[in-house]
Amino acid sequence: MFILSLGIREQYEISLLQLILMQVNSDKILKRVLFAASLVILLIAAAMIFSLFKGSLPSISRFGWGFLFSPEWDPTQGREHYGALLFIVGTLLTSIVALIIALPLAFFTSLFVAEYFRGTKIAAIVSTLVDLLAGIPSIIYGLWGFYMLRPFIVSLGLSPQGFGVLTSALVLAIMVVPYATSLSNNTIMMVPNELKEAAYSLGATRLEVIRNVILPSARSGMAASYILAFGRAIGETLAVTMLIGNENIIPKGLCSTGNTMASVIANQFGEASGLQLSSLIEIGLLLFVITTLINAAGKYIIKKIA
Amino acid sequence: MDQTTTLNKKYTSSLSDKEDSSNLLIQSRKLKDRLFKIAAMVFSFITIGMVFLIIGSLLAKGLRQINWAFFTQVAPDTFSAMMAKSSGQVIPGGIVNGILGSIYLVALASAMAVPFGILIGVYVYENSKKRYAAIIRDIADILQGVPSIVIGIIAYIWIVVPLTKGYSVFAGSVALAIMMLPLIVRSTEESLKMVPETLKEAAIALGAPYYKVILRVLIPSSFSGLMGGILLAISRVLGETAPLMLTTLGNPQVNWHIEKPISAVPLLIWQFYNDPNMVDLIWSSAVFLMGFVLILNLTSRWICARKKI
Amino acid sequence: MCQEKNITDKQFFNKYSNMTEMNDKKDDSILSIERLSIRYSDDKLAVKDVSAKVKKKTITAIMGPSGCGKTTLLRAINRMHELYPDIHTEGKIMLGDENIYEMSTINLRRRIGMVFQRPNPFPTMSIYDNVIAGYKLNGIHLKRSERDEIVERSLKNVALWDEVKDSLHSRGNFLSGGQQQRLCVARTLAFKPKIILLDEPTSALDPISTAKIEDLLVELKQEYTIILVTHNMSQAARISDNAMFMYLGELVEYDSTKDMFTNPRDPRTEAYLTGKFG
Repeated sequence: MFILSLGIREQYEISLLQLILMQVNSDKILKRVLFAASLVILLIAAAMIFSLFKGSLPSISRFGWGFLFSPEWDPTQGREHYGALLFIVGTLLTSIVALIIALPLAFFTSLFVAEYFRGTKIAAIVSTLVDLLAGIPSIIYGLWGFYMLRPFIVSLGLSPQGFGVLTSALVLAIMVVPYATSLSNNTIMMVPNELKEAAYSLGATRLEVIRNVILPSARSGMAASYILAFGRAIGETLAVTMLIGNENIIPKGLCSTGNTMASVIANQFGEASGLQLSSLIEIGLLLFVITTLINAAGKYIIKKIA
Repeated sequence: MDQTTTLNKKYTSSLSDKEDSSNLLIQSRKLKDRLFKIAAMVFSFITIGMVFLIIGSLLAKGLRQINWAFFTQVAPDTFSAMMAKSSGQVIPGGIVNGILGSIYLVALASAMAVPFGILIGVYVYENSKKRYAAIIRDIADILQGVPSIVIGIIAYIWIVVPLTKGYSVFAGSVALAIMMLPLIVRSTEESLKMVPETLKEAAIALGAPYYKVILRVLIPSSFSGLMGGILLAISRVLGETAPLMLTTLGNPQVNWHIEKPISAVPLLIWQFYNDPNMVDLIWSSAVFLMGFVLILNLTSRWICARKKI
Repeated sequence: MCQEKNITDKQFFNKYSNMTEMNDKKDDSILSIERLSIRYSDDKLAVKDVSAKVKKKTITAIMGPSGCGKTTLLRAINRMHELYPDIHTEGKIMLGDENIYEMSTINLRRRIGMVFQRPNPFPTMSIYDNVIAGYKLNGIHLKRSERDEIVERSLKNVALWDEVKDSLHSRGNFLSGGQQQRLCVARTLAFKPKIILLDEPTSALDPISTAKIEDLLVELKQEYTIILVTHNMSQAARISDNAMFMYLGELVEYDSTKDMFTNPRDPRTEAYLTGKFG
């Protein structure tokens, strides 16, 4: 404040006209600068879509829609044929299984933090610890999964080497739990106290209050959080690459190996060229579209409740 | 006045006149209530357990290997690593090329993303009622959700191919900058929103021009929030591997040229992972990376929570 | 009044509580609060040693300035105050011949219902479901005909039936504040409780809705015992039969409304009633 008033007093040494002019100009300039900055993000988004498209063109023009449904991935010279089906299935399978595993964990942890122990120190500690999970880099998850989880899976006899959909899904689940809980927590805490009191005053137990008052109100927010968590799982690269087994097959079951869209890009992009490169870019485009749609759906639900 | 009584005489339903719920019903409801609470505690315990399990096992394996050399020497090549292993010695070398590389990349990325991020954040905050600003906000959110490997592809197409004709620091930092941008935009907007309206009004009432209000009042008041957001964005990109795999891949030496490839800690970890001779180095690097990222994360959280002017 | 200024509060208190007992020739009280004290964890007494008997089928108003403990006292009657941690209760409240502090809260809250300051119908339930929410929450299954009957009876009792009978299964977003509050009363009535507690039920409503609720309460008193907390003295004067005046956690005076308003015994009551403090 002091600086401001100093500045104005100084300015009063100049004529009033100049003062006004100065203000108008600097304001206008600033507004223009800000607007230009906002254009940057628009440009980036547009350019991304454009580049992805352009890069996929050779592949699109060669394979058309069949790309989405073809399980072949053959880079041999002379009879190159690429299709994304393997990877789409692998991605969906790992992400859906991950979500199924994550759901009870996230659901109950949310209730713990936002309802049962709401406001207490232990809830704050649990909440911070869960958020830490979101901070761990994905390569670290991959390492942990590779060196610690995998032998465990092998010892359970579920899979000879321990790679596969289940292992990846387990690690993915742990990675997305924080995303699912944080939004759910907010939604549960937003349920007005008076509604809960009304239910208690009618003789309900805590569980009954949760089931009949909290959950119906928090339902959409929780659904949105799970959708966003799903979107996160779909895009995850490193951890899955290290655990999925990297075989270009359609996974037959939970313990079978496979490949996902993100991991095939990670594995093959470095050495690919020509048509293969273009197909990989097309897979990138697919990933972009899918995650954008999922995130948009989640955001739409959140907007509706707000 | 007699309406109620006569009305109620009509209703013969005796259920609501029944005194109490049967004891059995009450007991079963209380039991269900208790079981559900136990389930909540158990699952939360499992979730927390995972945190300790992962962080703990990494610490256990990696702390041993961290020494002075770790921070000052470059990563060994696979040959010397193999020699050391076969003779039972500790693998020489450290990850300084990775550490410096990461710093270089993140610093460059921040230099690109932070100014734009703050400007855009201010724009969205100032024009929050307009439709255009809402669109910008949505686009920022969408951008945030794009998988990191796709961003790597983009940086490859934009920088690696046409500009630097090969892997480079610049490509890597562009990728990281794109990832940081939406985070900074959002956190800037949120921090600005927390500055009380009255402060802004006071400044305007004193006749301060628009840019002064922003520079002298809004930004300083929300400074901790802004810093917190930037730190959070940094902590996020420090650990990223995928986009770097497509843009800068690695360099055994410390390098300061912007158009040449460079290493980074996550890339080194990936390298060690893929090379059977260097596997032992993984744990210390992993501990270092994880520790650094988590400390940044917690610090940013602490900064944001602290000052709320 | 003048000579009573010389006695201590304690003696005065004992004197008047004797007077109250003198007024109950035959014991037609339904609720007996006996030496109830409620303390927060920092040893602040919110309710200090309150004793009173509430008569059947009357409207009793609890009045007093902010922070005097009237809401705490009200909530202690259906043990809602226990929802929050660090609260210690001493003394007892007898409902008939049972101490409510030894009853299961589930049964207690079926016999003593509560209406809150801000109308709080469940937003995710239809009007119909809101009325029988009590049964649903308690896991009691009723036949369709029984449910219909309860809903109709309760809504008619609160004079809401005609206004909503054609939209029973919609969510009731169109209901005004006053109508929502009547719905909340209907929800409580569905259990046919013995006592209805109301915590400043009209403070969030406009004057017309307030009048309607007041008329409703006067009518309901034929079947139910009503205890209401109000910060509005004229409301207490209008509709209550008996009134309690609380100050700083103590029950300063408890008498028939007419007597208290025309002839307050305690100087504090008089000060409050004449607006010397709020």
